[in-house]
Amino acid sequence: MKSAPFVLRAALASTAILAATGAAQAQELNLYTSREPGLVEPLLAAFTESTGITVNTVFLKDGLAERVASEGESSPADLLMAVDAGNLADLVDKGLTQPVESEVLAAAVPENLRDPGNQWFALSMRARVIYAAKDLDTDSITYESLADPEWKGRICIRSGQHPYNTALFSAFMAHHGAAETEEWLTGLKANLARQAGGGDRDGAKDILGGICDIAVANSYYVGLMQSGKGGDEQRAWGDAIKVILPTFEDGGTHVNISGAAVAKHAPNRDQAVQLLEYLVSDEAQKIYAEANYEYPVKPGAAVDPIIASFGELQVDPTPLTRIVENRKEASELVDRVGFDN
Amino acid sequence: MSASTTETAGGASPRRLLSAAVLSAASVLRLRGGFWVWASLLIAALVLVPVLALGWQAAQGSEGLWSHLARHVLPHALGQTAMLMAGVGCLTAVIGITVAWLVTAYDFPGRRMLEWALLLPLAVPTYIIAYVYLDMLHPLGPFQSLVRAVLGFDSPRDFRLPDIRSMTGAILLLGLVLYPYVYLPVRAMFMTQAANLVEVAHTLGTSRRRMLWRVALPLARPAIAIGTSLALMEVLNDIGASEFLGVRSLTISVYTTWVTRSDLAGASQIALAMLLLVVALISLERWARRKQRYSVSAQRARSMARHPLKGAARWAALSVCLLPVVLGFVLPALYLTTEAWKRFQFAGLSARLLTEAWNTFALSALATAAVLACGLIVAYAARLFPQRGMQAVQRAASLGYAMPGTILALGILIAAGGLDRWIGRTARDLLGIDPGLVLIGSGLALGYAYLARFLAISVGSVEAGLTRIPRSYDQSARTLGHGIGSTLRRVHLPLSRAALAAAGLLVFVDCMKELSATLLLRPLNFETLATHLYGEAARGTYEEAAIAALAIVLVGILPVILLARVGQRNG
Repeated sequence: MKSAPFVLRAALASTAILAATGAAQAQELNLYTSREPGLVEPLLAAFTESTGITVNTVFLKDGLAERVASEGESSPADLLMAVDAGNLADLVDKGLTQPVESEVLAAAVPENLRDPGNQWFALSMRARVIYAAKDLDTDSITYESLADPEWKGRICIRSGQHPYNTALFSAFMAHHGAAETEEWLTGLKANLARQAGGGDRDGAKDILGGICDIAVANSYYVGLMQSGKGGDEQRAWGDAIKVILPTFEDGGTHVNISGAAVAKHAPNRDQAVQLLEYLVSDEAQKIYAEANYEYPVKPGAAVDPIIASFGELQVDPTPLTRIVENRKEASELVDRVGFDN
Repeated sequence: MSASTTETAGGASPRRLLSAAVLSAASVLRLRGGFWVWASLLIAALVLVPVLALGWQAAQGSEGLWSHLARHVLPHALGQTAMLMAGVGCLTAVIGITVAWLVTAYDFPGRRMLEWALLLPLAVPTYIIAYVYLDMLHPLGPFQSLVRAVLGFDSPRDFRLPDIRSMTGAILLLGLVLYPYVYLPVRAMFMTQAANLVEVAHTLGTSRRRMLWRVALPLARPAIAIGTSLALMEVLNDIGASEFLGVRSLTISVYTTWVTRSDLAGASQIALAMLLLVVALISLERWARRKQRYSVSAQRARSMARHPLKGAARWAALSVCLLPVVLGFVLPALYLTTEAWKRFQFAGLSARLLTEAWNTFALSALATAAVLACGLIVAYAARLFPQRGMQAVQRAASLGYAMPGTILALGILIAAGGLDRWIGRTARDLLGIDPGLVLIGSGLALGYAYLARFLAISVGSVEAGLTRIPRSYDQSARTLGHGIGSTLRRVHLPLSRAALAAAGLLVFVDCMKELSATLLLRPLNFETLATHLYGEAARGTYEEAAIAALAIVLVGILPVILLARVGQRNG
């Protein structure tokens, strides 16, 4: 009774080891990603088709850095893909990445969207925008004004501790300093229609459900909802809203990125660089825009019509590195004002 | 005890004490059954390794964390956690005890079916029930639409009900899927232990209701304590449902400290502090009933004669038992089925789903077998050697369940990763080959995580099963010349089959629902239903997730039905 599971386990283990050693020889590469599999799959499929290189993946929502660090020099990871500049910076800080000198990447990715030491490269952008009820009579909003009393009981937003929000609050700190940010967060908190929580799409759903008038959320969800890709129900949520591109009073719209870095001990470094370069090609940037409704990073690459309908995106000039630096303090401010309570 | 007298040469008294200790330890280990002690120690050590790894992490220090926590986080988070645990603890105990008593003490229509149907909510993970009810009760959902239609309102802007996203909502929803943790052991206790004494009480003319309060409940106290504490550990583990429902528990603070502030040291510190708190609470409960002994029911276990209910009471009993099944399982399952059907028509069935269902099933089955075997070893060793030391080993082996799964998984990751690196270096130096990641790459690390996390369930259930077998049985068997192994096989295993089956069910279902460790530790290209579900939910494509969620619930029903059969054969 005791021995059977161990025999089976050993069998399972040995086949997996065989599979792993096999992987090292063929034209393959291993991708660790904290982006959802459904989002990267179309890109990887296109890459495999054009290069013949198979991509093995593991989707790690949290703990990407911890996993790669624990595996150390034995790690099979070649390319590390993550959302949010802070997460990418973490990988660099923990010494898990290596620089990549590539003319293709340098030409395709603007300087402010990659690591100064070429450790990571942004692959797509998303803006933190306002979803507003269709009948709302304004078409321009500043982030600062979200704390105004006129919005009392009318705003929906996800947890203040979510990276999408801490990044926005960090950007606010870069513009206005910590004290003013705390005051602003207190005002924003007072304006919430319901406890901070749920996902970005719930903002649209709750606007249709009459819970709030505006919601703070990411741009690409609108494409996913309004295109009907998420089914009829989500289409109804998407159709209930219009999108306003908010700006800072002295700046533009807050954007965050998704990006990737080559792992320090990458066994298939060349293939990893090849995939990285592919991801900024016209073909891949088009997939980012059309399948995921993100803003491409490559200058001149087209955005999806749904996203284009929001108007011209004026990217806030605050450097991503500033936002990364402020992140911890922003998260602490969220606790201080009891934003999520 | 002939050898090792060479050790006694010491002169000074501390040395003599030490050698006496070594001697007595050696004599214990050379007893027949030394295998059980060693194996049990090894298993406990395996569970302790990730906890120690976290301790090492925590010692890295986290500047200013506690002053920040104490001022801005703990007051609220502690209150919320206490409220959530008290609420869910009471609710699971009340539901679990009530329905367990009804189905064992009375006979009414549908009772036989309910006996196992009451377990079905186990198959619904907390994060799924939260999501389902959030959607059903949303102003746009079917329930409020119906209410509006009845009251004659057109738009949710004109009329809506209060939001389910609240502490009350969280307590109700968690209670609905966690009560089987109490129902299962308490029913087993009522069926076997209580039966004989209840019969006695009956002959003495005590009413059924008084019997519950005076006889059955006090007898079932260990089972209630084990069941409720298992349910509460699940509450401490939960991140998904709390996030959905807006409860800012301590577990969420741990998670935030780690993820948002990249402060793993700080997160480990909070998690270890929580662990201490849990251990203290459990010890307190054990201390409070230290004087009671619960073993010894000398007759063969049999169920008590059920009192047939008549008239309205029959239907009342049926409704009371049906309510948790309907709310905790039938409604969510129906909802998931319709959502899955919509998705199926829209996009068909993804081919990966079958592979993932198989992965989930195979992995959970293997892990369950290992967890049961280890649980049996630890619990049996503690029975063979009832000294304090072995009790402590047994407690240590159960520590993994008292930590949020996310954090325990990080401890495993640190330990397994370290071992993998060492194996890799050694193999490269000595053999010149690169074995890759032996533990993480093969999925062994994942099995290890399930073992460390769920061992408490099997140790606890097996222990509860074994205490019901009088020690005189052991002595008789040994007098008749049966060794330890043979006594286990021929006496203890057959008599605790129901307890083992119950442990197997709980562990299997828990492995299958497990998300955080699976996400963090699985090898490349390996998905389970839970990770698939999470990937879709994280992207917000809930319809696709509905199919995976339904599959989890369906795979989870299998062992429930299996267990019901074992239980019925025994009853």
